[in-house]
Parts: sequence; structure tokens; C-alpha cells
Amino acid sequence: MHNQEFFFQALIYLVAAVISVPIAKKMGLGSVLGYLLAGVIIGPFVLKLVGSEAGEVMHFAEFGVVLMLFVIGLELQPSLLWKMRRSIFGLGGLQVLITSVVIAVVALLFNFKLNRAIAIGLILALSSTAIVLQTLSEKGLMRNIAGKSAFSVLLFQDMAVIPILAILPILATMGISKSIADSEISDVTGIASLSGWLQLLIILVVIAAIIFIGRFVARHIFRFIAETGMHEVFTALALLMVIGTAMATDAVGLSPALGTFIAGVVLADNEYRHELENTINPFKGLLLGLFFISVGASINFLLLIENPFQIIGFVFLLIFLKFSVLIVLGRIFKLKKGYEFLFAFLLAQSSEFAFVLISFSKQNRLFDNHTAGLLLLVVTLSMVISPLLLIFNDKAISPILARWQNKLEYDEIDDQENPIIIAGFGRFGLIVGRILLANNFKVTIIDSNPSNIEVLRKHGFKLYFGDVTRPQVLEKAGIKNARMLILSLPEHDEALKVAKYVRKKYPEIEILARARDIFHVFEYFNLNVKNVQREMLNSSIELGAKALTNLGFTRYEAYRAARTFKHHEDEVMQELYKHWQEDEVHYIQETRRFSEQLSETLQAEKNYSIHDGDDSWSVNLLRDEMISKSNHEKTNLKKAKSK
Amino acid sequence: MKKILILFAHPTFHKSRINKQLINAVENMEGVTINNLYENYPDFFINVKKEQDLLIGHDIIIWHHPFYWYSAPAILKEWMDLVLGLGFAYGAEGKALEGKMVFSAISTGGKKEVYCKEGQNQFTINQFLIPFNQSANLCGMTYLPPFVVHGSHNISEKEIENFGDMYHNLIEMLRDEKVDFSKLKLKEYSNNLFE
Repeated sequence: MHNQEFFFQALIYLVAAVISVPIAKKMGLGSVLGYLLAGVIIGPFVLKLVGSEAGEVMHFAEFGVVLMLFVIGLELQPSLLWKMRRSIFGLGGLQVLITSVVIAVVALLFNFKLNRAIAIGLILALSSTAIVLQTLSEKGLMRNIAGKSAFSVLLFQDMAVIPILAILPILATMGISKSIADSEISDVTGIASLSGWLQLLIILVVIAAIIFIGRFVARHIFRFIAETGMHEVFTALALLMVIGTAMATDAVGLSPALGTFIAGVVLADNEYRHELENTINPFKGLLLGLFFISVGASINFLLLIENPFQIIGFVFLLIFLKFSVLIVLGRIFKLKKGYEFLFAFLLAQSSEFAFVLISFSKQNRLFDNHTAGLLLLVVTLSMVISPLLLIFNDKAISPILARWQNKLEYDEIDDQENPIIIAGFGRFGLIVGRILLANNFKVTIIDSNPSNIEVLRKHGFKLYFGDVTRPQVLEKAGIKNARMLILSLPEHDEALKVAKYVRKKYPEIEILARARDIFHVFEYFNLNVKNVQREMLNSSIELGAKALTNLGFTRYEAYRAARTFKHHEDEVMQELYKHWQEDEVHYIQETRRFSEQLSETLQAEKNYSIHDGDDSWSVNLLRDEMISKSNHEKTNLKKAKSK
Repeated sequence: MKKILILFAHPTFHKSRINKQLINAVENMEGVTINNLYENYPDFFINVKKEQDLLIGHDIIIWHHPFYWYSAPAILKEWMDLVLGLGFAYGAEGKALEGKMVFSAISTGGKKEVYCKEGQNQFTINQFLIPFNQSANLCGMTYLPPFVVHGSHNISEKEIENFGDMYHNLIEMLRDEKVDFSKLKLKEYSNNLFE
């Protein structure tokens, strides 16, 4: 049964993903490596669960990359893209050019002919959009300067695929007898057989059509479909658009990924943007996963075992060459403070486009089977190593750089000082810092990404970059002599770790902390950190008071109600803390579910009447008493009379 | 032994000279509770139940504050408005404070001489304190003459120290029930007991 076969294959891929990805993530390796390892494990050299069809699966799953670029396009307004033009064309262009030349020169040294050397250079210069972008979004680096630069380069590479596809057949004709070359060329059908100008014209027409449809037509179609209320039809439409765009751009020889990226950018202003994103995202995720698995499964271990040292040598040589070019370019384009390393490590692998380009070159007889197989293996292995490189950067390079920068950038701490240290200087820490500064306290800031150094310095802040969870950073910032540590970083669990460390090593330092929720507060209580502030509490209470005012409360009445609630909330928290202490295991097992918290809170609330205290201001009670008193007197009077 | 509750209200305690001395003089005395209202309720959100329990647990209450605009700082008025509630402090059911004693302990900028009909302030301290006196009456409490430190602007350290000792002694005597109330009631100020 064909179906049976399909389901079995699906089962294997899914099981592999479901098991390996969470494990890889838990171990801090990232999902990409998890998928790749899953592929290796189910592949023909370990469990032999999937065989040669992995290649086909890979082609199919490459569509995930197309979807990913569509989604990224959706998040990128045209104006934003325009701002990136310098880094796309400057940084991206130089990267492709210089890396190609460097690799080609090295290939020449390995006795490849000039045309092949150039082809190898061009193919290997590209980096993996799939791996890099997945990593960036997983690590939340899309808005980071290194992440943005990497993205620009990838975007340029996507565009560069088109001319490279055009150049490869020409390279193939070099050094081969002309007649064969002619017959090869005539094999090329479709638009590629047309003249260059005509090709360009058709490409421009297709792009114009994408932009026109996306700008003016898509909105109406989306609304029409959305009004039917059939979500699956909307999903179908979204997929249809992406696939349609991909096919159209592919047909004119443009990279489908680039085409859908353009479509995404065009739709970035569209009111259905979020809907589209949410619809496409699951497909994107699954297909990308599938793609990574199939890459893992396609590693040719036979070839590797034949010549392990040579191949691993090639892989590291490739990564070294790409890395060197990238780091120099990063510096030139003003990436500093370790970001140039992040940037270079991000892009040091080869691309999934290489698979296409290599097989295309093989068809064009540019490479023989052996060379093609070798190149494929090197490309694949470089992709597998790439997540490891990033881990290496995180664990080894960044800390060293941070320490080194400490010496260069940070203010020297004077031993006499008793600094107030604020760890985390984002939306929360900034306000805390400003209050202290406004009251003439000097503040020392530790943040992993302080962007307005000059301004902050001028206003009396001392700055330390780095990860507070690392003891050296705390030491450098003068924790030894500090009188107060304010933990205002948004990474709550990390902050808790810091509190534990400081409590143990420097018990006399006062710790103040920002907390996520009451359970987080309780954990601080357990460390004897009493000054804890829930990050959302006060602003939500204030908004609640505004709501009351709008509902007809006088402003003071609303204010009192809000204050009452706040004090009541503190009491509730104390009560819950007692429960929590008695029943900690239970709470941990319940994994801090918000609903749990909600029901506990509301339970405690039942026993509380919210306006007790303000009764004294009410004259009603007094009037009641007066009335009953005068009634009483009247009855007494009547009684007296009747007597 | 009587238990004494000092309801202390001073919004800028950190800058005060006289009240700091007075409070220092009575701090940590056995049977004396100092309830620093501005410290405990920086947001003026007074915990009525807690305050009423405190009153119930003490025999002698002192409203201790600087004399702002011939009266108390705002929080003490807030305290009176909310804590001395109907059914607790006054009214048909409000008997909780009956029989307790209460008086003011205040510091003024002006000298004693300006607080009289001929003086700049036209009225005496006890005239200004009538609302406190009558509030005590309504609650069925015994109102005692105030403890007053005059002329806080140019008082010497030595004098301040003397007032501290005097305050300490007064409170000690009240606590240990060594005060002759028939004598005290005749005084204009409680301080005069030591003359």
C-alpha cells in the first residue's frame, strides 16, 4: 500500500523530531541541531529508517525556506527594507564577491581548473538562510545588530542566486569542446533560452505584478474570503498566494524564496498581516524541520569514512575562509563589541542553495560525480557544525571578549565606593535608575545591551556590559562593596539565580527585585529577599482606577478603591505565601499555572469586604442612628402620654 | 502600669530637631508604643482595624505632632476621620475609648508669648486645641493638658534636651500612675507639672 508507506515515513520523521528537538533544546543546542541529529539517526547510516528518498523530501521541504522568507517579509515594512539597503548591497555584495574570490583562489591551489574553482567559490560563498534565520528567531536576535547584518547578507545572497545560475552554464562551457557546450546550452528550455534583456524584462514584469497584486488586489481578496468566516479557506488562500508567487518567480528563473520575500514585504502593511503570519507559521516550522532532518539524513557517511581527515579538513578550511572574510567585513561595517564575531559565526556555513547549484552544475558537467559528492558532503557538514559554532561563540568567545572589554570600556571602580547596582536596564530598570538619580544617588548599571552609553555616562550612570549571571561581571561592577543590588532584568529565573548567588556570598547586601508573578515573589521571600515588586501590579491597578473613573466614580473614590485593592492584594499575597510554603511541592507540580494562581486569589478574596475602612466617611450610618434614636424618643414620649 | 500609645505625625521627621529629641527620649520605654503614622502610612491609607485594635490595647493616647496651621499635620486628621468611627469611638454603640486618657504633645514655631489675646496669634494653645478636646469628650475620654514645646526656631540644644527629659518623665509618671490628676488638670500645659 502506497498510503501505508507514506504514513510510515511521516511517522518516522515526526517521531524523530518530537524526540530529538526537545532534547537538543534542553541541552542548549537549539532546534536546528536537534533536527539535523534526528536526520542522521534515522538516516541510511544509523537506523536505516529512511533511505534515498530523503533527497526528494529535502527538495519538498525546501519550500519551508520559501515560507520562512515570506513570513520575514511580512514583518519588514518597505521603509525598513529601504533603510537596510546599504548593508544589503554593500555588506552582502562584498561578502559574496570577496568570499567567492578567496574560495576560488584556494580551490586553484588544490589544482581545480579555473572555471571549476570559480564555480566552487560562487557556490560555497552562500550561507544557509534556513539555519541562520531559524537560529536568529529562536535566540531573539532578529533585531540585534549582528542579526540584522546577517539577514541583509542572506537577502543579497538570495538575489545573487539568479546570476550564479546564469553563470554556471557559461563556466561549464569553458574548457570543454564547443560542440558539447552548444548541445548543453540548447538543452536549456523556457525563459533561460531567451536573450538576456528579454529575460530581465520578464523578471521585472513578474515582480511588478507581485507588487501590484499585493498592494491593490490582495486586500480585497482577503476581505472577501475572511467574510465567509471559513478559516480553512483563508489558509488555502494564504498557501495559494505563496505557492503561486514561488512558481511565478521560479518560472522566470528568480529564486522562489526571493519572490515570496517580496510578496511578504508588499503585504507587510496589510491589515491581514497577522492572520497571514499565524496561518503560514505552522507550515513553515514543520517544513523547515523536515528540511533539516532530510539534510541530516542525506549526509554521505561512506564518503566521510573513506577520507575523514581530508573532508573534515575541507570543512574547517571552508568555515575558516568564510569566517575570516565575514569578520573583516563586519569590522568595516562597524560591528563592534563581539557582534562581529556573532555575525561571522552566524554566516560561516554553506547554503542549502548549494545543493541545488551543485546538482545543476553536475547536470552541466561542470563537476564529476566525485567532486559533486565531495562538495555536497562539505556543505552539509558545514551546516551541521554551524549551530555548534554559535554555541562556541556564546560560551567561549563572548565571555572572553566581555572580560577584555571590561578593561577597555568600563569605568574603574574605586574601592571606597558603595555602589547601588542595577542589573537590567530596560523599560523597568530605567525608571528605577532615574528615580535614584533624581535623588542624587550614583548608580552602576549592568546590562547585556546598553545602547545609549554616552548619554547614560553623562548623567552619572556607570555602565558594565555583560551577563549578570556570570559572577565575574558582578564582581567587576563592585558587588563586593555594594550596598544594594536591584534586579530589574526581564529574565526572571536568571535574576533569581543571581539573587541566590549574592545572598550566599554577600549576605549583607540589600537585594530588591522585579518579579513576574506571585510565585516568583515567593521564591524571593524564601531567599529572604523581601523587597519584591510584581512588574505588572501597579500599572494594572492604576488602569483599573481609570476604568472606575470612567464608569462614574469620582476620582478620589476610584483612587481609594484602587489603593484598597492594592493593600488587599498584599494581604492576599501573604496568605498565599503561607499556603505555598506548606504546599510547595504541589505548587511546583502545578507548574505555576496562571489559572491556579487566579483561583487561589479569588478564593482568598471571598472573605474580604473591600470598603470596610471608608465607612467612617459615610454620614448614612450616623443618620440611621439619629433616626432610630429620635424614633425611640417619640415612642417613649407616646408611651409617657398614654400613661 | 498604664499602657501608652504615641500617635506620632511628622511629615519631615528627618529634618526635625525637637521632635527627634522627644521621640528619642521615649523610644524603647516599657509600656510605650510609638505609632509613626507617616512612616506606617506613606500613602495615607490607614489600616482602620489595626489602629482601632491599637487604641483598645492602650490606656493613654498621645497625639504627638508639630503644630501646623494651628492644628495637626494632615495625616492625623485623616486618622481621626477614619479610626474614630461611629459605633467604635462614639455613637450609641461606640464605647471602645471610654475612660481612656488623651492629650496633645506639640511643638510650635512661635514663642509662648504670641499665643494669647494680645499676641500675634490672638488665641491660646488650649483655644486652638478645642477640636481635640471636644473630640476626646465625644469619645468619653479624659482630656489632659497638652505638652508644648514653644519657639522651635531658635531653641538651644540644651533646652531641647531638657524638653526630652521632661517628656520622658511625664510619660514615665503617667505610665507608673504617679500623677496627681487633680493637680495636673489645673495646669495650662502638662510641662508645668515640673515647675
